[in-house]
Amino acid sequence: MKFGILVNEGPYQHQASDSAYQFTKTALEKGHEIFRVFFYHDGVNNGTRLTVPPQDDRHIVNRWSELAQKYNLDLVLCIAAAQRRGMLDENEAKRQGKDANNIAPGFRISGLGQLVEAGIQSERLVVFGD
Amino acid sequence: MLHTVNKSPFEKNSLETCLRFARQGHTILLYEDGIYAALKGTVFEAKMTATVTNCKIYVLVPDLEARGMRMDNVVAGIQPVDYAGFVDLVVENNPVQAWL
Repeated sequence: MKFGILVNEGPYQHQASDSAYQFTKTALEKGHEIFRVFFYHDGVNNGTRLTVPPQDDRHIVNRWSELAQKYNLDLVLCIAAAQRRGMLDENEAKRQGKDANNIAPGFRISGLGQLVEAGIQSERLVVFGD
Repeated sequence: MLHTVNKSPFEKNSLETCLRFARQGHTILLYEDGIYAALKGTVFEAKMTATVTNCKIYVLVPDLEARGMRMDNVVAGIQPVDYAGFVDLVVENNPVQAWL
């Protein structure tokens, strides 16, 4: 079955990002398809490559990146939510005159239309958040 | 229809909202802090016992165990499920409503 995943909560906040990751990973392992994972509101913070958690803690950002690489996942950060929170890819950093970018591998920045499309294209949209 | 509840009923009223909208034959999954609604000996026990007679209620065991609880602590009739079971519940039910 084809799933869309919506993550509305940042990493290391409560548990939504962990639950979304475990659900996505399990669904993929069971042979289901993930059309897209859309990160909205504080959820966009799941996509910063500057995250450095303690070594004995799970690395939530890298974990998403690795899953994306393994399964060719589409991880999308909402652009408006991202820009409010200082999340920029290379093009946006240039366009906004900023000196750095911080999007982790496997993530991309795009608009809310990508969430609407995920809702239409997927047979189920599963929401994780606060 | 699948309802998911991820917050403790002692913190938010999403469980009560869920129970108000859940109809006969619907399925409810309690996970994250939502597992506290499944425990015996709370003010919600009577409500959960009544609901389990006309809805299927599941509790995510990894989240239950992460909070130091076991199925022995859970209200009779509420069934255990793991992440694979969570995925199956989403496949079997349409739509899926997250009560955040």
